[in-house]
Amino acid sequence: MNLYYPFKIILMFFESFGKYLVFLSLIFKKIDSKKLLIDNTVNQMINIGSKSIPIVVLTSLFTGMVSSVQAVYQMESSLVPAYYIGSLVGETLLLELAPVITCLVLAGRVGATITAEIGSMRVSEQIDALETLSIDPVEYLVTPRMIATIIMFPVIIVVADIFGLIGGILAANNSMGVDSYQFLKGFKMWFVPWDAWYGIIKGLCFGIAITSISCYYGFYTTRGSIGVGKSTTSTVVSSCIAIMILDYILASLLL
Amino acid sequence: MINLKDITKKFSDKVILDKINLNINEGDCLAIIGQSGVGKSVLLKHINGLLKPDSGKVLIDEVNINKINFFNRQKFLKKMSMVFQFGALFDSLSIENNILLALDHSTTLNHKNKLSKVKEVLDLVNLKNVENLFPADLSGGMRKRVGIARAIATNPQYILYDEPTTGLDPITTDKVCNLIGNISIQKKQTTIIVTHEMKIVHEIVNKVVMIYEGNIIFEGSPDELKLSKDKYIKYFISGKKY
Repeated sequence: MNLYYPFKIILMFFESFGKYLVFLSLIFKKIDSKKLLIDNTVNQMINIGSKSIPIVVLTSLFTGMVSSVQAVYQMESSLVPAYYIGSLVGETLLLELAPVITCLVLAGRVGATITAEIGSMRVSEQIDALETLSIDPVEYLVTPRMIATIIMFPVIIVVADIFGLIGGILAANNSMGVDSYQFLKGFKMWFVPWDAWYGIIKGLCFGIAITSISCYYGFYTTRGSIGVGKSTTSTVVSSCIAIMILDYILASLLL
Repeated sequence: MINLKDITKKFSDKVILDKINLNINEGDCLAIIGQSGVGKSVLLKHINGLLKPDSGKVLIDEVNINKINFFNRQKFLKKMSMVFQFGALFDSLSIENNILLALDHSTTLNHKNKLSKVKEVLDLVNLKNVENLFPADLSGGMRKRVGIARAIATNPQYILYDEPTTGLDPITTDKVCNLIGNISIQKKQTTIIVTHEMKIVHEIVNKVVMIYEGNIIFEGSPDELKLSKDKYIKYFISGKKY
């Protein structure tokens, strides 16, 4: 292996990161057509938000159930009161599992879709066509998706929190006979509103990372359909890594 | 008027355009011909600002389009439309909305007039009852005609065609050629066509430019092209080696 290879990789990373930041700065330009922006944003709110709800409900429901079963397994032989399950599952869900698991799933669903859509438009010259029609492609394709993300991701995290708790309650009742009253009693004991806000802020930051990364890879797709596939894979991998890094940074800063 | 001055473009280390100079006058109908991969489409994309030259100037109506800011360039490029090789229609929009999108950005017509304009341009390209279809529902030839309709809807001063007949059968090619010729005559626009189709060269345009290895090796009228003694040009236009 060439001795300079690691340096080349580091250099390429910073070059791509710089290009990504420049790309992000293009979003903050004067809006040319407010009507078009609003129409596109509403469409993207449906695509990114509403259409993600079923998978988010399913994922969070099972995440809550698994957390509850594992909490029961760990507390079975201890003298800790059963209602503590509510506290344990609730805090774990709000602080970590709901935002992280949901956003990892959405990196696949939302991120891959955005990259594939924009990447296909790039390789079939539709983005060039937008430019020739004097339409700013960033304003038409990227800004609505970013605004939709900022509006919809907090909503998605709240939905994940609620269904995670429902899953937790169902599983706790089923495995240990802890009824919903006891579960919620435990949950309320240690609950502080900031924990819920922290999860929502995390989800929002993850969402912005997913959407911006996926738009960036889609926008700079080259080499036809193979390029679209590569960009989509890069989006999912980069988004997952970004989520993990941001998770640590946000935990260090906000908790 | 379009002036290209010493346009040079490289991709990696390969020189695609090497100090190209070209003047296109108001009302000209110009064909850019040459073998595949010589840089014809690259040259076209320099004219409408989709690509920036490594060196040289692209002057449109004496304004260097690479020196003006983003918003002025957007406004300036409303003078120009382009028909892409494969149509480049927006997959997520119906045919009507594809054309309306162009009209929304370049005209001040009210919605009712925009809709009648959509119908008018679709009639002009001989397409009926396709307004509510999507690009995926159309054949390649129909998509190209919608692309032409979208380009002419805004009544641009300059219209650029990138290989408008590639991949079409002879009958559809003939229809598209006639359509381009009729539009050029009716609308009196400056037309630039990148093509391999000799029917376009012989019957529609009044000026031809041939590119070879990044340079213009011929510039003149279609009749002058026919009379050229250059072996390569003769080979290109007849398909027979001399």
